Amino acid sequence: MNMVLEALLVFIVLTNLLMLGSSRLGVYIRAGAMQGVGLSFLFFTGEAGWPHSHIVLLALVTMVVKGLVFPSLLFRTIRQAGVRREMEPYVGFTASLLAGVAAWGFALWVGGRLPLPGVIRSDLLVPTAMFTIFTGLFLIVARRNAITQVLGYLVIENGVFTFGVAVEAATPFLVEMGILLDIFVGVFVMVITLFQINREIEEIHMDTSKLAALKD
Amino acid sequence: MTAASLILATVALPLLGGILGRLLGFHSWLARWTAGLAGAAGGLAGLALAGELLWQGGRAAFEWPWFDTGYTLALAVDPLSAFFLLPISLLSAVTAVYGASYLGASHGGGHSPAAGSPHGADPVNPANVGLFAGFLQAGMALVLLAQDGLGFLVAWEVMSLAAFFIIALDDAQAENRAAAWIYLVASHIGAAFLLFFFLYLGMRAGDFSFEALAGLALSDRARRALTLAAVIGFGAKAGFVPLHVWLPDAHPAAPSHISALMSGAMTKTGIYGLLRALTLVGLPGRPAAAALIGLGLVSGILGIVMANAQRDLKRLLAYSTVENLGIVALGLGVGLWGAATGQTVVAVLGLAGALVHVLNHALAKGLLFLAAGVLVQATGTRQLDRLGGLLKRMPGVAGSALTGAVAIAGLPPLNGFLGEFLIFLAAFTGLVSRHGESTVPLTLAIMGLALIGGLAAACFARVFGIAFLGEPRTAEAAEAAPPEAPMALAMALLAVGCVVALLGVAWSLPVLGRVVTTVLRLNPLEIELELLKAGVLLRAVIAGGGLLVVLAGFLAVVRHQLLAGREVGETPTWDCGYAAPTPRMSYTGSSFAQPLNDLFGAVRGGGEERPRLAGLFPATARFASRPGDACVERFYEPVFRRVETFFQSWRWVQSGRVQAYVLYIALTLLFLLGWNLW
Repeated sequence: MNMVLEALLVFIVLTNLLMLGSSRLGVYIRAGAMQGVGLSFLFFTGEAGWPHSHIVLLALVTMVVKGLVFPSLLFRTIRQAGVRREMEPYVGFTASLLAGVAAWGFALWVGGRLPLPGVIRSDLLVPTAMFTIFTGLFLIVARRNAITQVLGYLVIENGVFTFGVAVEAATPFLVEMGILLDIFVGVFVMVITLFQINREIEEIHMDTSKLAALKD
Repeated sequence: MTAASLILATVALPLLGGILGRLLGFHSWLARWTAGLAGAAGGLAGLALAGELLWQGGRAAFEWPWFDTGYTLALAVDPLSAFFLLPISLLSAVTAVYGASYLGASHGGGHSPAAGSPHGADPVNPANVGLFAGFLQAGMALVLLAQDGLGFLVAWEVMSLAAFFIIALDDAQAENRAAAWIYLVASHIGAAFLLFFFLYLGMRAGDFSFEALAGLALSDRARRALTLAAVIGFGAKAGFVPLHVWLPDAHPAAPSHISALMSGAMTKTGIYGLLRALTLVGLPGRPAAAALIGLGLVSGILGIVMANAQRDLKRLLAYSTVENLGIVALGLGVGLWGAATGQTVVAVLGLAGALVHVLNHALAKGLLFLAAGVLVQATGTRQLDRLGGLLKRMPGVAGSALTGAVAIAGLPPLNGFLGEFLIFLAAFTGLVSRHGESTVPLTLAIMGLALIGGLAAACFARVFGIAFLGEPRTAEAAEAAPPEAPMALAMALLAVGCVVALLGVAWSLPVLGRVVTTVLRLNPLEIELELLKAGVLLRAVIAGGGLLVVLAGFLAVVRHQLLAGREVGETPTWDCGYAAPTPRMSYTGSSFAQPLNDLFGAVRGGGEERPRLAGLFPATARFASRPGDACVERFYEPVFRRVETFFQSWRWVQSGRVQAYVLYIALTLLFLLGWNLW
């Protein structure tokens, strides 16, 4: 069982690195979707066999929302905006990968020292969660495109989700559902806002640095 | 009625009246009078409470467990709070009635007197003023009644913020917004020191009740620091120089009856707080007492010098408040000096003088601000030089204003001189006792007080003379009509109050003994004896003043008799044999004040624009001068400009990029995470 868990975690780490090193928006969205689906499988790696029915429900909802709903929403948006690549990021793609490696090191250190309630099933679980959160933050800070910002937000949430799995016993079902609903509404609103902004102000082209013109 | 229900009425009535008045905001008359009458009723309840406590002695308390939070709201009246409750309740009641009528005119008239200014674009809703006036009144009462540090601080904030909202109500004008802002900053700088004061004491005692705080044994250093914090914190509210800067801006911005309340009552809570703080940390030593004398002298002299230079009537009155609070500080300083050097007479009389001056200033300044409100409403301007000749147009107002002016200038036979007389008495007694070290501070106090008195007389001779005597200088002043009955009644009440205070203080000075005892903790009998002796002296002075009044009346009668049956011609004032005199030829307020302004030019601030005249036939030239405030120009403006420059240099932090903001958050979180796990 632990083998499966760790394979999943490595998969999540790899999707993170993929996002850090890529310039194509399509790759971002697909990697985010795969990460979301991978996450939902984490629920089935518990030691006690088949999980409770409400956990199964949660996993299925996660899978559908993160694997199907978000990607289709985001793909629709980039199709309508006609933007396919991340242009002129603040931090280049090679440098981003190096930063990702450094973040992985920091995440390992944090994972080793962070005091947590209960038993953690794998030494990699907490570092992976941390690494995913850092990746999301990094994507928001280092990229210009608005779609990447939304993805960064999603990736952060994926990290929080992984963390939730790590301390499964301490997080009630209701909280997990609440977070999922939150993120769903968040992405929905963001996509709609992006679409509207792009339609009203043609020259922005999903480039958030242009929004600085709105400063006081 | 029991004392507890009186306490409840004092606090709750103005609050409920204000809220109810706001709910009735759709009907102006109903809203104004609901708030006004409730405020008046609350004020009367406070008066009854204060009177009972002062004359019967004892202590009334009211306790309310605060919604199961473990905190008990304890309100109580002891002689000290009862004494301050007296002027504050009286002024609250009178201004509430005045305000109900005053605010109504803002709908009928062309200009907006609610703002104290004729330029208001849209008039302030009277229901809003009533609401915050209710909060202000209740807040002031709570400040006096609170019996623990926590309750005191909350009440202090309620009072301060209510005043802020009233100042900010007429926010269409930039100067009112600036005034509200300055007031907010000043009062919160003060509040920060009070927070330190009470939190430090509360931390040491483990409890916030005044009883627990007073029982603490403090080191000398802690006591000095706490006394300093109290003087700064409460001094900001009382308007001691250099913390007075909010007063001259805030008073013109507020409606006149609120200016009266703020100037006459709210500043006094600063004095109350200072005295209360002294009961908690103990009386200070000689250096602190001498410093307080110095503070009082600086506030008094600078206050009246700058008042004399003002042309805006309400600004002038605000600076006069600074002066009078300076006199109060001076009295406190003399009293504390007496206590520190073991001279009971000096201690008792100095403190009593300060207290009496608190009462008298509340009455007289309240009256003058109400009169200023009438003038603003009738003529649409606060500029002294645009008034004139109002004595003939509104004799009732002129009579009240004259009473207030004489009282505030500290001239016998009205009440204003009583407090100053007691302070003089204290200082002279200390001087003749030949206590070596007392010579310098007490001599300075006497000289300063005399200077302040003379300047104040000159200042108010100018105010009354320019506003009421002579010929009207503008068409608006010529067409001024007397105010509505409630406003005239409110002013007459305060004028009568000045006379009643004169007699009341002189004949029942020993009542103050209970108040003085709470602060000084000396033998009550000894204190009462000193007050009895001083009372005899006061009555002698009053008798002398009364004799002068009788003499003046006698001369008037003689004049009337001599002129009877003869033809008495009347001619315009300032006629002086000119062919076609105009009011523009008469003395203006600025020209009247010029000699004194020149004399104190170095300390009063402001500036002049003097034309250079050259040649035999110089071209048309223009001279202009503006009053200023030396503290603002030489201290606050440079300091705040530097602060602004410093923060401007950090503007790049706000780049306008989402990425940068997220980066700040991320770095902060990562730093905290790393720091915690290290």
